[in-house]
Amino acid sequence: MTKTLQSLTHLSRLTVVPPIWLFTLACALFFTVTTDNFAEIGNLTNILQQTSTIGLIALGMTVVMINGNIDLSVGAVVALAASLAVGLQSDIGTLPAVAVGLGSGIALGFLNGMIVWKTGVDAFIVTLGAMIGVRGLVFVYTQEQSFFAMDFAYSDFGMSQTLGLPTLAWVFLGFTVVMHWVMTSTVHGRNAYAVGGNREAALNAGIRVGRHMVVNFMIVGFFAALAGITLSTQMGASTPNLGREYELWTITAVVLGGTKLTGGAGSILGTLGGVLAIGILRNGMNLMQVPAFYVLVILGAILIAVLFIDRQVNRAGSEEVEA
Amino acid sequence: MTSDTTGAPPRAMLPTWSDVGHLAQRQGILIAFILFIIAFSFTSERFASWDNASTVFRQVSIIGTMALGVTVVVIGGNLDLSVGSMLSFATVLVVDLHDKIGPAPAMAITLVATLAIGAVNGILVGFLRLNSLIVTLGMLSAIQGVTLIYSGGQNVDITDQEATWFAFFGRDFLLGVAVPTWIFLGLAVVFQIVLTRTAYGRRVFAVGGNPMAATFSGIRRSYVVFSTYLVSAFTTFCAALILGSRVMGSQNNVGQGYELMVLAGVILGGTSLLGGSGSMVKTVIGVLILGFIQNGLLLMGYQYYAQWLVTWVVIILAVWLDVASKRGRLFTTTT
Repeated sequence: MTKTLQSLTHLSRLTVVPPIWLFTLACALFFTVTTDNFAEIGNLTNILQQTSTIGLIALGMTVVMINGNIDLSVGAVVALAASLAVGLQSDIGTLPAVAVGLGSGIALGFLNGMIVWKTGVDAFIVTLGAMIGVRGLVFVYTQEQSFFAMDFAYSDFGMSQTLGLPTLAWVFLGFTVVMHWVMTSTVHGRNAYAVGGNREAALNAGIRVGRHMVVNFMIVGFFAALAGITLSTQMGASTPNLGREYELWTITAVVLGGTKLTGGAGSILGTLGGVLAIGILRNGMNLMQVPAFYVLVILGAILIAVLFIDRQVNRAGSEEVEA
Repeated sequence: MTSDTTGAPPRAMLPTWSDVGHLAQRQGILIAFILFIIAFSFTSERFASWDNASTVFRQVSIIGTMALGVTVVVIGGNLDLSVGSMLSFATVLVVDLHDKIGPAPAMAITLVATLAIGAVNGILVGFLRLNSLIVTLGMLSAIQGVTLIYSGGQNVDITDQEATWFAFFGRDFLLGVAVPTWIFLGLAVVFQIVLTRTAYGRRVFAVGGNPMAATFSGIRRSYVVFSTYLVSAFTTFCAALILGSRVMGSQNNVGQGYELMVLAGVILGGTSLLGGSGSMVKTVIGVLILGFIQNGLLLMGYQYYAQWLVTWVVIILAVWLDVASKRGRLFTTTT
């Protein structure tokens, strides 16, 4: 078992494609054979639109996790940005409201990053606090009310098509390309791997680790806010409970994509594969009329199984003492 | 020489400033807690009453009981994010079985089933050495699904709420103190003794502090980690008894989000997420701070949600002070 798995990694090392894509394609193939409607263009673009919310957040989360940090506050930021963008549009106009929503995400990312940098408190704790606090902020701002978008152009945008694809799918794919470029071809991307791989070495090499981390938290804050706004354009509304447990789904997608919790390894392409894997599984099982309850069990089991396979494949010799 | 020794005793009698600083470092969270209580007492007359205090204890008993078990997991160097889903599962199961087979068998079956889930966590993290955050995240989703499959998405409740002795766990009082409070504090005392006075307790600390060293000194690390997940499953079962008995019914997602509030209480108490340190006393104080923040702010007339904002600030401040005192300076020097 382990041997075949190891030969699988050798195979995947020859190609540039992250191993999760094997799984993603296998799922796609499986559902193409077992269901009638899966491989239709309409359904495939549907999957892209459905996954764009978690996908956008996952792009930012990948960068933060490659850095060796984590952000648990993204779900709350989704709700805050959506509430601001929808709630303020009758007062200050749609575009300024969207700008305020995005700005709130970037500002909270800045705050998280500065706290992690300056106090030295672990990002898990800082963003756990922010997750609770920002959700409180949402409830205080909305007074527990849902907001409805009065500007119909806003809700039309979420349902619109551009060049044969849902506009939101373009937004997601566009930002995926941008982030892939950032992580593979820019100094910032190279630094992200360096800081996550060996923080001390990165410091000694002259990377301004603190500032770098703050920028990354602002990136994930921006993407969480953007995801909140695109989600609210789809619904034409925002609710204070929006985005609950999104942090967990996002981390699941990113980890499936091969990004290490300890930092230093991972890729945007892998994350895209992870996001699509979840999207395809949900969609395909839905088409096969698997009850939604079983989908939760299956997704949880797959996450653990992928972790297990990954460990078997990547275990470098016998570095660990067995007891 | 002689003059030195004669001068020494009076100096030792009086605490010096460095002693005060040392005490603040060691017992920072306790001091913060006491200051906090005093401040709230001035702003609200009802706050410092016995009635109010016992209400807070009852309110925090569910999160507190779960936090005790999670503290053991965290001391062992791991996380357990599945306790929220597990609480939903155990509560739904015990409430549903109550009417079908009677309270005692229902409790027995629920205990076994909950421990079985804990054992799955324990095998995956302890024996297979998988990352605990991801494993328990996956289990969070899976247990949620299992709960929904079991109940078919329906809420469950107990029909004859007056007649059953099951009400004991959530609604009764013993010697003027609520039973949930007895369960919470009783388990805290037992766990504290086990952690500090037994070989098992020392092993948990050793495994969390330095797994490699623990292994080399003959501790069977996998078994110890496995056992910590059984402990957190057990405390979650106890919390489910309190919750099910208090509400006499259950929604499928009743425990949703509990895992992170529980973790907040553990962190607030000062147990390090790195493992190898922490105590039940700290966790009890951490959970009580969460409870008193909520209670105090409500008495002062703030909205329910205001407590979350204060919790945000308090969590970061508490851990920051802890980190800063170990570092010896307030801010990091990282560029």
